[in-house]
Amino acid sequence: MREPGPGGRFGEFGGRFVPESLVPACAELEAAFTAAWADAAFRAELDGLLASYAGRPTPVTECKRLSERLGVRVLLKREDLTHTGSHKINNVLGQALLARRMGKSRLIAETGAGQHGVAAATAAALLGLSCEVYMGEVDTARQELNVFRMRLLGAEVHPVSSGSRTLKDAVNEALRDWVASVETTHYCIGSVMGPHPYPWLVRELQRVVGDEARRQCRQLLGGADPDVVVACVGGGSNAAGTFAGFVDTAAVLVGVEAAGGAAMGRGVPGVVHGMRSQFLQDEAGQILEAESISAGLDYPGVGPEHAHLGAIGRARYVSAEDGDVLEAFKLLAETEGIIPALEPAHALAWVTAAARTEIPAGSVVLVTLSGRGDKDVAQVMAMLG
Amino acid sequence: MSAAAPGVPGGRLESALRARRDGGAKLLVPYLTGGLGPDWLEYVRAVAAAGADAIEIGIPFSDPVMDGPVIQRASADALAGGVTPAGVLAGLAHAEVSVPLVVMTYYNLVARGGHVRTAHQLADAGVAGAILPDLPLDEATDWLATAASAGVDAVLLAAPTTPDDRLDAICEASRGFLYAVGLLGVTGERDRLAGSATRLAARCTARTDLPVLVGVGISSADQAREVCRVADGVVIGSALVRRILGGAGPDEAAEFVAGVRRALDA
Repeated sequence: MREPGPGGRFGEFGGRFVPESLVPACAELEAAFTAAWADAAFRAELDGLLASYAGRPTPVTECKRLSERLGVRVLLKREDLTHTGSHKINNVLGQALLARRMGKSRLIAETGAGQHGVAAATAAALLGLSCEVYMGEVDTARQELNVFRMRLLGAEVHPVSSGSRTLKDAVNEALRDWVASVETTHYCIGSVMGPHPYPWLVRELQRVVGDEARRQCRQLLGGADPDVVVACVGGGSNAAGTFAGFVDTAAVLVGVEAAGGAAMGRGVPGVVHGMRSQFLQDEAGQILEAESISAGLDYPGVGPEHAHLGAIGRARYVSAEDGDVLEAFKLLAETEGIIPALEPAHALAWVTAAARTEIPAGSVVLVTLSGRGDKDVAQVMAMLG
Repeated sequence: MSAAAPGVPGGRLESALRARRDGGAKLLVPYLTGGLGPDWLEYVRAVAAAGADAIEIGIPFSDPVMDGPVIQRASADALAGGVTPAGVLAGLAHAEVSVPLVVMTYYNLVARGGHVRTAHQLADAGVAGAILPDLPLDEATDWLATAASAGVDAVLLAAPTTPDDRLDAICEASRGFLYAVGLLGVTGERDRLAGSATRLAARCTARTDLPVLVGVGISSADQAREVCRVADGVVIGSALVRRILGGAGPDEAAEFVAGVRRALDA
């Protein structure tokens, strides 16, 4: 996965479709990131934080009992073991350092499940930046512990009551804030979405997941790569970071969407939130509301590089139904003693089903466990009765 | 950055606004949300008769990121009432107003319909111009050319953060008028005219012969008159739509517009 083409394009997808007020800020961010990413001192500071603060590298865990159950060899990349409990920390530490480098003292962020909001609040606290997080009212209700966490970390949380009151509307509100505050504020986008350079920038900050996993797999597999690499996809940041490490191997790359938010599976090309990508929309172009048990995957679009990887056939995009996700959630807990977040439980649900049908027995399947399930326990308890 | 159709003259919207401006008038463009209520065309006609030089019609979109609470609510209400882009255009085709109509909407509706098809649908409905606030110059090349060949003036926006060289390119490529966004922020009323509105208007009028209209944050007749000391005209949206959402009928809406007209003509 290379740098995007002119104008921030991945094939026909990507671009920078933002109000004129934001165009200079996107250009400034592109220049700042390009310089920082080539700056050894910036990389060393980020790597230092990832190691000493976020807990990297995260291990790859061999799932013996789950593998026996499924008939394929399952490895988990353990992003659930990072500080704040998901891969989101990789991105926010990089963006917070960038914000400081650009002289911006205020971060704003959107969040769905709250994992990115918590991570952004954490990075802001660490670097002494102020932080405000937009979160749909539906999500503040189902993830109230994360709302409290963000407030403990010193962030201000703004519940968003417009539209579907989920992640899509939180992005709208964050963009509206940024249009007004762009001179002092960095918009810390949580996924590989939005206007150029965000999809590229966030993928680069997340590629540590895939790069580490590839080394670790080779060590574990005597120099070989996994046969199948699987990650869940909402906007698609953990998948993009994971795929970046394996795109030039022979591994089959599989992104798993929520059935109710399958922009790759059921969407059509469109332009929303600064990017040309795949979106769930009606005949006229009105954006539809996604529906999923997982607040983190409750988004009607997907990052433009995924749209491109799907269009050229390098990655496959499938979906998982809520019921199967709950079963996979329980299965990992019971067989491996790991409670996953509902988001990566989608990836596990697909592996569970595909192990019976299409993945050859004995194949090695790497799954990125993008986050831990603590935030979802209350919700799952309510659903399972 | 370059104009998609350099040298291509503006169309009907631009010639109407230029003629009024060159005749010494300040330009008044009220904004109405298309499909807001069953009698929305009555408002269009009343506002036209009250002294508008053109009327901006919002085609409601599900995710209006440049709009503040008032236009958001108007868009959501209209969508909840079942309005579609085709429905708004069908209405405009029968509006029978003498001033040019310019639509404002978001780019996804144009992308979904296709540039060529949408441009011709606009032209067929009698629409003279189009404003797409999330389609900046760099992404607009094809749309500018397609709209021009259908006879629709594609209006570009300038912002307080736009640097000079970029502003030159925007001035060169915009047709109809130049929409100067008066402040950093989304649409909505403000207590005072932002200093950025006059500063940007001055930067724009210094470098283009196109009519320069300031919109976003122009809330009253006084603010309109103040910014028009520098600008060629104003777009007024939220202040008008808020009155309609609050129950103002076509006559009351027209009286507000007429008040702004009187202030600009004074």
